[in-house]
Order: sequence, then C-alpha cells, then structure tokens
Amino acid sequence: MTSLAGTLALVRLNLRRDRVMLPAWLFALVLTLYGSVVSTASVYPTAEARREAAEAIGNSPAVIALYGPATDLGTLGGLATWKPNTFLAVLVALMSMLLVVRHTRADEEAGRLELLGSTAIGRYAALTAALIVAVGANVVLAALMMASLVGQGLPSSGVVALALGFCGVGLVFTAVSAIAAQLTESSRAANGITATVLAVAFLVRAIGDSGQPWLSWFSPIGWAQKLRPFGDLHWWPLVLPAVVAPLLALVAYRLSVRRDLAAGLLPPRPGPAHGALDGPFGLAWRLQRGALLGWAVGFAVAGAAMGGIASGAADLLGDNARVREFLTRVGGEQRIVDSYLATAMGILGIIAAAYAVQAALRLRGEETAQRIEPLLAAGVARVRWVLSHLAVAVLGPAVLLTVAGLAAGLAHGARVGDVTGQVPRVLGGALVQLPAVWVVAGIALALFGLLPRYAAAGWGALMLFLLITEIGPSLRLSGWVLDVSPFTHVPKLPVMPFTVAPIAGLVAVALAFTAVGLVGVRRRDIG
Amino acid sequence: MTTAISVAGLVKTFGRTRALDGLDLTVATGEVHGFLGPNGAGKSTTIRVLLGLLRADSGEVSLLGGDPWRDATTLHRRLAYVPGDVTLWPNLSGGEVIDLLGRLRGGLDPQRRADLLDRFDLDPTKKGRAYSKGNRQKVALVAALASDVELLMLDEPTSGLDPLMEEVFRECVQEERRAGRTVLLSSHILAEVEALCDRVSIIRDGRTAESGTLAELRHLTRTSVSAELATVPRGLAELPGVHDLHIDGTRIRCQVDTERLDGLIGVLSDAGIRGLSCQPPTLEELFLRHYSTPQLADVAS
Repeated sequence: MTSLAGTLALVRLNLRRDRVMLPAWLFALVLTLYGSVVSTASVYPTAEARREAAEAIGNSPAVIALYGPATDLGTLGGLATWKPNTFLAVLVALMSMLLVVRHTRADEEAGRLELLGSTAIGRYAALTAALIVAVGANVVLAALMMASLVGQGLPSSGVVALALGFCGVGLVFTAVSAIAAQLTESSRAANGITATVLAVAFLVRAIGDSGQPWLSWFSPIGWAQKLRPFGDLHWWPLVLPAVVAPLLALVAYRLSVRRDLAAGLLPPRPGPAHGALDGPFGLAWRLQRGALLGWAVGFAVAGAAMGGIASGAADLLGDNARVREFLTRVGGEQRIVDSYLATAMGILGIIAAAYAVQAALRLRGEETAQRIEPLLAAGVARVRWVLSHLAVAVLGPAVLLTVAGLAAGLAHGARVGDVTGQVPRVLGGALVQLPAVWVVAGIALALFGLLPRYAAAGWGALMLFLLITEIGPSLRLSGWVLDVSPFTHVPKLPVMPFTVAPIAGLVAVALAFTAVGLVGVRRRDIG
Repeated sequence: MTTAISVAGLVKTFGRTRALDGLDLTVATGEVHGFLGPNGAGKSTTIRVLLGLLRADSGEVSLLGGDPWRDATTLHRRLAYVPGDVTLWPNLSGGEVIDLLGRLRGGLDPQRRADLLDRFDLDPTKKGRAYSKGNRQKVALVAALASDVELLMLDEPTSGLDPLMEEVFRECVQEERRAGRTVLLSSHILAEVEALCDRVSIIRDGRTAESGTLAELRHLTRTSVSAELATVPRGLAELPGVHDLHIDGTRIRCQVDTERLDGLIGVLSDAGIRGLSCQPPTLEELFLRHYSTPQLADVAS
C-alpha cells in the first residue's frame, strides 16, 4: 500500500517526540485509578463500611449528575471507581486529543508535515501514524490499568471491563480529534472542536443520569458507565465504541483526501488592508477573543444545563419515610439542591481554570513561534506584553463564570419560580471560584517566567488540583494534601456562608505567583 | 563620527555552547554596515542581544547611546527590526500587522506605507497564514521601512525575495542611507553587500574575524598576477608574499599578498614585462577565505 508508505517511520518519530509526555500521561492516569482503589480499600475495609458509604452517597444525589449513576457502590470496585470514573474518562479523551492533533494539524500548521510529505511517505501515512500512536496509547493504558489492579481484591472481569471502558472512550475521541484536525487550519481550533464534543458528551451524560437515563446512551462517556464493571456486568456496550470509533476514523480519512496540505475544509477569507490595533492589549484581545467567545458559549450551555437539573436533584431520592427523615436531618430539600449547585459551580471553576492556563500559556506559544520578537523590538516593554495576555487569563475566567452563573441561576430560578432570588445566589457560587482560578493562572505565569521550557507544567498543576479536589475527600487524604489545591479553600456557596479570609488568601497567593512570573520574564532571555 | 552601535568583547553562552566569544562590532551613524558570517557564526544572536531580547554574559554593548537590555523600550522606538525568519499571526492580515508594528514604533508615514506596498507588490488583505516566505518578509520590511526611525536592523531581509524585489529593496536601502539612517544589514548575498554597504564586519565562531571597508578588506587579501616576461628572474619564489608560483617558459602565474604587490611588480619590471594582468580578489574569494580557512583568518586579524 503506497498510500501508507513511511507510516512506521512516522510512528517512531511520534513516539520519539512523545517520549516524556506520553509516559507521564499514562503514569498519572494509572496511578490515579490505582491510588483510588488502594485507598478506598483501606478507608472502607469491610462490606459494612462500604454499605454505609454507599448509602451516604446514594443519599446525596446532587453529585450523581456530576459523577455518574451510583449503582454499584456497595462493592469495593464500584465505590473506588465511581468518582474518578468520569474524570478519568475525560482525561483519557483529552490525552487522545492531544496525541492526535499534535501529530496531524499542529505539524501541518507549523510546516513540518510539508517537509516530511516531500519524502517518500504515503498520503495517509501521517494521519495513520498519529492514529496508531493514539490507539496504542489507549491500549497500553488499558493493559497497565488491568495490571495495576491485579491482586487488589477486585473481580478480574470487572477490572477488564473497566479498563476497556476507558479505552473505548479514548478510541472514540481519537477518531473525533482526527476529524477535527481535518476541518480547521489551526491546531488550536482542532483542539477546540474536540473539547466541545467532549463537553457535550459530559453534559449529555450528566443530564441523562439526573433523570433521563436514555440520554446517557448518546454519550461515549455514558457507554463506559453502562458496562457496570463491578455490578451487573454487561459486555455488549463495548460494541458501541468498537463500531463508532472506526466509522469516525473512516470519515477523517475521507475528509483528509478532499483538501490540500495545510488547508482546512473551510476556505480562508481576506482581511482588512488597514488595521486598528494599536498596542499589545488590543493584539492580545484580538488573538484570544475567538477562543473566549467559544468558551463563553460552552459555559452558558453548561451553566443552563446544570442549573436546569438542580431542582430535580432531590427528586432522585424517591419518596419514602427514610428519605424524608434524611432530608430533615441534612436541612431539607433546599440544602440538597444548594450542595448540588455548589459542587456544580466548583467543577465549572476548575474548567474555567483550564481556560486561564490556556490563555496564560498563549504567552509561551507566542514566544516559541517567534512572533513576539518584532513586537518587543518595536518598543513594547516585556512586562506590558505579559500583562496584555495575563489580562485575558484573569478577566476571561470572570466572564466565563459570570456567564455560567447567570445561566445556571436563570435556569434554576425559572424551574423553581424564583429568578430574582436564585440568580444572585448561584452567581455568587460561580464567582467565588475566581480567586482559585487566578492562583492557577499565576502558577502558569510563574512557570513561564522562571522555567519557560516547562511552562506546560501549568497543565500538570491543574490536573493535580482537579484530582485532589474531586477525589481527595472521598479518599480521606490528609488535610495538608487537600490544602494544596486552591479549590479546597473556596467557600462552598450557596450551601455555606461567604468568608473573606480564604478569598483574600487566595488572591494574595495569586498575586505572589504573578509577581514571581513578571520578575522572571524581565530577567531571562527571550526566545 | 558618532557611533550607532558599539560592541566590545561580547560573550553569550547557551548552556555549554559559546555562541558569542568576545565579539566586537562598531557601526557609525549614517552608514550601511554589512554583517557577514557563515551559518551559526552568531549574527542573529548578536542582533538579539542588541535588541535586548538576550542578556549578554559579559562585554560592553551600546546601542544609540543606551544600554540595549536596560533601556530596551525607549531604544526600540528609535529602531526597526526585520527578523530573518518572519512569522506572522495566522489570523491577522498583513495590513493589520504593518499598522500595529508601525503604531508601536510611534506611527507610520501613510504615504510611504502605500508607496512601499505598491513597490513591493504586496497584498495587505491576505491573512498571515496565506503569505509565502517572501511575502511575510515584505510585510516586515514595509513595516520597518515606513517607520520614522534612526536605525534599521535587518537580519537576512532578502533571503526570500525574488530578484525584482531584491532590486526594490536595494533602492529602499539607498533611500534610507540618503535620509541619514543607519542600517545594520546581515546578509549572505555578496552582490547586495557590495552594492549597499559602506563597511562590513565578518564574524566567525562568535568572534569578529575582520572589519573595515571593502577596499580595506581587499587589501588584506591576495591578488593573482600573471605575466609574460623577457627573462624569468631568479628567486621569484622566495620573494615575500608570493604564493602558488607556476613558471611555464617565460610565463609566470602566482598569488601575491596585496600589500606586497609593489615588490613583485618591481622585480618583474626589472626582468622586462611583455604582458601583465593583475586580478583583484573577487568578493567571493574574500568571503570564502574568511568562511572556510581558520588559520588564515586568524593571521589576518
């Protein structure tokens, strides 16, 4: 097959380029799952302890929408994997996306594929090599997950099903990314399309699990949960990713031959002959406004969806004497709805932090692309240039969380007939996340200033905070570990009262990181 | 004569690599200065130090009377820079980039901008990702040449231009020189250097191998001489500065150090010259010698 000539050489090249990133991803994902199982086993050693834990979780349906159906929590496997499940699925999808886009559209955009394409490689070689690496990574991930859980007291069939479930999610998003990489001219936009599909998959499952179970069948993340590895195990949902992923990959191949190298499927349009940009702030806004708009739309939809199902949170409990007794004990239905809202806003806060990291790391992107040299050589002071993008990283999340808070407040208020009362409460729960988001942005900036080559470690910090915040409490990690994550310190509005001290502390930490970053940028070499 | 750029003993290391190893460079105000050297010699590193993008490890650097690291921003309003490898924002049009860079430098002359767009035959409505290498370079050139600045720093600005555009570029640089601006031009195109530059500096391995006017540099190298003589004098091979002597009957061919030319011609004249041709070194020979043979360059410096 001449159209595949050179594929193996490209696979080796890709693996060479991913030799640090890929093992790091696999290690982090496997360790998270393994750690969750091991600590669940030690925290809840007996079936009795697990039954009690399951009851407590089953009685707070607020979080079921966010973490998936709490069906098999009485088992060790079910309890250990319930909370990490959705997050690991999302992370596996992100890993697959990065692997595919990095070796297809990003290489093409940078002109590297042109150089490679001039050698004796086939038309499909680059796409195939990227897919082989991504599929291989997912298969290896599944194998490592299985191997790590051997001897932990879990049924082996469940372990296999669990790992294959993650693998299935990864394969579907490998194929989705391959399609996205054909559609646009920039790798940024390709990542954006894939991330949007992922967000929709998450939301569809969340809405489905909070009352319309049939909806969850339309989400690849839902498919993995339908396996029920540690309960009433079904194998057949694995057929869905096994059929859908190859079909999507086929679409990507068909699209790839219908376009020119470096071109997207959407034709480029001419721009203005004269520009109105007059400084670094205008430029940063111009470069980032498209992405911010896309994120804002996503946050509006996510906020409306999460707010819309809030009032139904308590309904999931059913209606019997025990539930009524539980409700009065925890402070009534209102309190359950509020705790759901607080959790939902917390998740949006972490996603807003992902936006902040991306916006802050745009600085590094501009630097490595050598686009800032003409700018700095034209009289822009370094600090001013850094502040121009930092402004987007600081104010952008404020916009996103305002949009999501308003959307969630309106949707929830409309359902319960109290718009004026609910909007400020929910909006407060969203905006209170901001200082923690700014800490993450500050970390990214500090890395950019001090260790520019490792600026991408900002993503690693965010991942760490995500895992600590979402999984840490149920693993009963010690307090100081939880305290590492800035999101631990955010007051849980509206279920808890607002307190100034943690907010002031987070803002101070964010400012300190920012100052470190700015000093670093002033002192170091550019380029 | 005031100096626009003065660099002495500049050292810059990247980890274990010593990119600049005691480099000296002096550019007088109002001159077009050629900056030459083989690939990897340190030309772009020097320019980046001059722009304050890199911090010098040691040595003295003065740019337009200021310190390029400390006074970067104020100095940058007085200069324009064209990088060797121009990358543009993929979703900004060429016109937008030209206007942005111009405003950052304190304003563009709109008449000059339109004139340059016309002369360089550049479509300003195309997006950054749609330009070829040459056209990206034109965007940076138009932005630089349309700015009212004292100093132009051009890092291989014509490497992607076609011969027609190369000609336009030369005219523009001549105009800049007439307007009294200083130009630091890093280039590999020797005809361009010869046509434009008042003085040149040749660097190798991060050090200045030679600096001066082209005439001075020529003087430091060898002239090839061939002559038809009445009789071939004895001891010709032993004359100072004579190399590669070939004697064929009464014809001789040899290379002679240009400053020893007098002595050789004197001896030949005594022997009776019937025919004589002297070939000054071509620029190519001059540069090849500096680029490729380390020991000779060291002797010369």
